[in-house]
Amino acid sequence: MEEGAVIKNDMEKAPRTGDWRYMHPEVDASKCIGCSTCVPFCPDACIEMRKRTAEETEKTPENFKEKEIVDFDYDFCKGCGVCASVCPVKAITMRK
Amino acid sequence: MNKKLTEKLASGHSTCAGCGIPAIVRTVLGATDEPVIVANATGCLEVTTTIYPYTAWKVPYIHNAFENAAATISGVEAAQKILLKKGKIQKKAKLVVFGGDGGTYDIGLQSLSGALERGHDFLYVCYDNGGYMNTGGQRSGATPYGASTETEPAGEQSFGKAKQRKDLMEIVAAHGVKYLAQACVSNLRDLEKKAKKALEIEGPTFLLVLQPCTQVWKFPTSQYVSVGKLAMETNFWPLYEIEDGKYTINYTNPNPKPIERFLETQGRFKHLFKPENKHVIEEIQKTVDANVERLVNKVKE
Repeated sequence: MEEGAVIKNDMEKAPRTGDWRYMHPEVDASKCIGCSTCVPFCPDACIEMRKRTAEETEKTPENFKEKEIVDFDYDFCKGCGVCASVCPVKAITMRK
Repeated sequence: MNKKLTEKLASGHSTCAGCGIPAIVRTVLGATDEPVIVANATGCLEVTTTIYPYTAWKVPYIHNAFENAAATISGVEAAQKILLKKGKIQKKAKLVVFGGDGGTYDIGLQSLSGALERGHDFLYVCYDNGGYMNTGGQRSGATPYGASTETEPAGEQSFGKAKQRKDLMEIVAAHGVKYLAQACVSNLRDLEKKAKKALEIEGPTFLLVLQPCTQVWKFPTSQYVSVGKLAMETNFWPLYEIEDGKYTINYTNPNPKPIERFLETQGRFKHLFKPENKHVIEEIQKTVDANVERLVNKVKE
């Protein structure tokens, strides 16, 4: 037991729930419009928006080059597929 | 891990893949920048976020039994008052209770009623997944009519739950609560707006949030948002709020989809599509229509 039975959040001890996954989400840079609809729906808060790499920007359609793209944290992603199902432009696919 | 979303509830909890409860918690707690203290009745949220030696909570968190979440937060509120008076703290924290439908509709109802009546300053959030999901899906007062559950399974003699669900919103409203609202996990913007409003109000407030359960409602893990959306579009789950006794409808579908569209997405209603159970679907449709009509009349009052 810890002192005073107070337990503090410690990410070192966090179960890596990514182990549960049998399908993982992948984003298609040529489709993602950076709307971040998927972000709050992710049960594990695994999705962060980040800047596009030069390679990704090249693939992106003209109007969205400045927009961010989704980035997954595979340490905690359980592979439920909610992000893929809520994506309005079907930019996320679940792959084995 | 998304930094902003995990300010109060971190990743690494073990809710089922595709569970909407964390989205509800993060949205409600994200609606305020002030410090919060959370009390949590026993239920899915509690068992999955606090597996020893890890806790996903980054805010002060008290777990208590099924029946006394609201009583515990009453004590926290009273303690805050006296500490403030003695000058030991400078500012009150916002108090939030999370309870499932088992801990709110059934077992925790008396302590909730007591806390509402005494008028403590807290927000009670009930995530309603319509049953005791973490123990395998036994029926609760929130389980909808006709659903097959562990304790009321559908079979030759039975079509599942034979009783209508409890109208908890009316029960809470009868306490003269200043603000209460019904929301759905599929519409997080609406939920955030309601949480913000509720947290700003002094005195007890209440939110009832629909939470489609992938395990026991039996649908694919990726579908909780779309099942919740169908619940709204069929008018099974209208979004409304009651402020000082005044009803406001936030969303009902003027051209509702037939209730079958919602029922057919879930394994727990599969048996209703047999010809001998047609009357059950008709009954559900009738209740849904009557409920919307009742709300519309309430708004006119």
